[in-house]
Amino acid sequence: MCLAIPALITSIEDKEAEAEIGGISRRISLWLTPEARVGDYVLVHTGYAINILDQEQAKETLEILREIAEGVED
Amino acid sequence: MKYITEFRSSELGKGLIARIQQRSKKKARFMEFCGGHTVTIFRYGIRQLLPPTIEMVSGPGCPICVTANADLDKAIALSQIPGVIVTTFGDMLKVPGSRSSLEKAKAEGAEVRTVYSTMDALDTAEANPDRSVVFLGIGFETTAPIIAASILQAEERGIKNYYVLSLHKLCPPVIRALLDSGGLELQGLVCPGHVSAVIGSHPWEFIAQEYGIPCVVSGFEPLDILQCVEMLVEQVEKGDSRVEIAYKRGVRPEGNQIALELMERVFEPSPARWRGMGEIAGSGLKIKSEYRRFDAEANFDIKTAPAVEHKGCICGDILRGVKTPADCKFFGKACKPENPVGPCMVSAEGSCSAYYLYGGERGG
Amino acid sequence: MADKILLAHGSGGKLAHDLVEKSFVKVLANPLLDKMDDSAVFELSGRLAFTTDSYVVSPIFFPGGDIGKLAVCGTVNDLATSGAKPLYLSLAFIIEEGLALEDLEKIVNSVQAVCGEAGVEIVTGDTKVVTRGSADKLFINTAGVGVIPEGVNISGSNARPGDKVILSGAIGDHGIAVVSKREGLSFATKLKSDCAPLGGLVAEMLKASPDIHALRDPTRGGLATSLNELAQQSKVSIRIEEKEIPVREEVLAACEMLGFDPLYVANEGKMIAIVPPGDADKVLKAMRRNKYGKKAAIIGEVGAENPGRVTMKTVLGSSRIVDMMVGDLLPRIC
Repeated sequence: MCLAIPALITSIEDKEAEAEIGGISRRISLWLTPEARVGDYVLVHTGYAINILDQEQAKETLEILREIAEGVED
Repeated sequence: MKYITEFRSSELGKGLIARIQQRSKKKARFMEFCGGHTVTIFRYGIRQLLPPTIEMVSGPGCPICVTANADLDKAIALSQIPGVIVTTFGDMLKVPGSRSSLEKAKAEGAEVRTVYSTMDALDTAEANPDRSVVFLGIGFETTAPIIAASILQAEERGIKNYYVLSLHKLCPPVIRALLDSGGLELQGLVCPGHVSAVIGSHPWEFIAQEYGIPCVVSGFEPLDILQCVEMLVEQVEKGDSRVEIAYKRGVRPEGNQIALELMERVFEPSPARWRGMGEIAGSGLKIKSEYRRFDAEANFDIKTAPAVEHKGCICGDILRGVKTPADCKFFGKACKPENPVGPCMVSAEGSCSAYYLYGGERGG
Repeated sequence: MADKILLAHGSGGKLAHDLVEKSFVKVLANPLLDKMDDSAVFELSGRLAFTTDSYVVSPIFFPGGDIGKLAVCGTVNDLATSGAKPLYLSLAFIIEEGLALEDLEKIVNSVQAVCGEAGVEIVTGDTKVVTRGSADKLFINTAGVGVIPEGVNISGSNARPGDKVILSGAIGDHGIAVVSKREGLSFATKLKSDCAPLGGLVAEMLKASPDIHALRDPTRGGLATSLNELAQQSKVSIRIEEKEIPVREEVLAACEMLGFDPLYVANEGKMIAIVPPGDADKVLKAMRRNKYGKKAAIIGEVGAENPGRVTMKTVLGSSRIVDMMVGDLLPRIC
């Protein structure tokens, strides 16, 4: 279950937003994430944002994965 | 695509694979519960990349596969009522019920429309005020709050012809039932990433504490699965059993409170039938009485003949992880994607379909 | 003349005759068609390629084209995959009563434009009108004939182990462009269908190497289905590399959103070429010089073991089977 993709919020009107990913965009609902702001990345499942993506955590995870990749080369 | 492409990096993947190979000494069987994880594992040939100490087994996390024939029959019966438009996610279209499928019903004249979102179903209801639009509510906790929101949106917009057939199911109860059913020795659970985005990671604590099984919440890109496996291996090697979140960018331990409130406002737990596992208490969701006017079960006379399960189809055992598609006498012969006997062959993330399309054996 | 197409327009009487003369023959004008005989009479010598197709795409107007352009390109491309120079087409309309005349005329203009580019002529046609509900706005059937140059032997059963597999450009544009306008699934995108006539591209490829073994245009069912067909026909295996396959970001994004695999999404302006290894670079260069082959790439090769099987090396280095598409691509939530 759960195809949800990270999309960028480019505009908000009321409880709906325009979300963009890879050059395509769609109107989505913010009913589950009313605190989302323009510039946030949200996880979109069937046209609704189910969570705001934590960009800091994304960076940290990639950092950890890079360290693992480097560590193994030793 | 930001936050997708980076998590498919072959360089970082190689690093994780090497680390797993290095660290994994004890034999371990991990189950991925979520169908989306099954698809990633097959699509990227993850099994091939793991050392022989690790065995991956797929669980009943495909909400389509676990929908019992009786429930599918209800959906088909609804579509055959004059004046009803059934709107559904594409996943359900080809799933065989006892005698037919939504796709076949559509070919025979029933109005069945595939939609990407309930937003589209609500628009359909507004555009067709003299028809009844029934939405097929399938999915786990990722989807249920969204369906709940759609009912509240219908209320807000004054839409009087929108209904939901709730076939939603909950994950923690079925995992407990699975672990209690015996026959399944697991050393780790790959926990569903987007269900956890809604419910958080606390609901999985009982698995680690009562059953001693390490749990790691994983995302859906190949690096996410590999990182999750690496974290499970670490726990196994240390003899730990904790709940950890690998998918930190998508999941907070407390989940999404607003989504949970929406779900709890509209739905309440109820018993539900799971293919292959029978009825499990508190594992389904039914629409609360204050929202009865949106409940398809309460508003339509749904006539179905007694449900029939296909003899010989071992979808149930496959869903519980105790058998593999290779064990099924129909697999690849009478049961193929173009002519499925059971739902595991229809759904893109059903074990049988994944095995068939991406190449059985070790999964690729 | 009526603004809408009526049943009478298909019944052979004055209304029908006027429609054909004013809206079709005048626009598609060429010596054979102008004769308005029941059959077009012409001479051709050499080996001929002959094909037929029907087009039922919905919506009939989509980003980058319409059902008319699609019909001509599809027919031309089928002929091109035999190595033939496409020459003459037939064009038959089955029109749902109530279709706006303006829409029909737009489509005929579109047919004319792409015939001009492809160097082909519509030499005969037919028009029928059916009652409302019996067709989805417009269905088109075509047939096409072309001549195959001497020395050219192209067939889906000619692939040999060691051959290289070349793809002319990015996959998935057409299918995603069409789906982006479909009710219930729509989203905003600049993506256009890649619908294009490839007779010219193939001619240049053959100049570079008259020894091309097989050609296929990956339409419905996508790249994956065409490769499987070739592997089965030739009784060989085909192995491709995920990282070599060109895909636009918008196509990837739409596939992620809807749960599609780009390998199965339809194309209407792409060519797969199976060529002997020594000629691969020459053919690739020739393709890249053509406007429809700028992103051409060698994506894999043909093998002997496991005949009929297509496998793909993933970006992680593992291998997976790529099967034929089953049924329709349906959007999924899981």
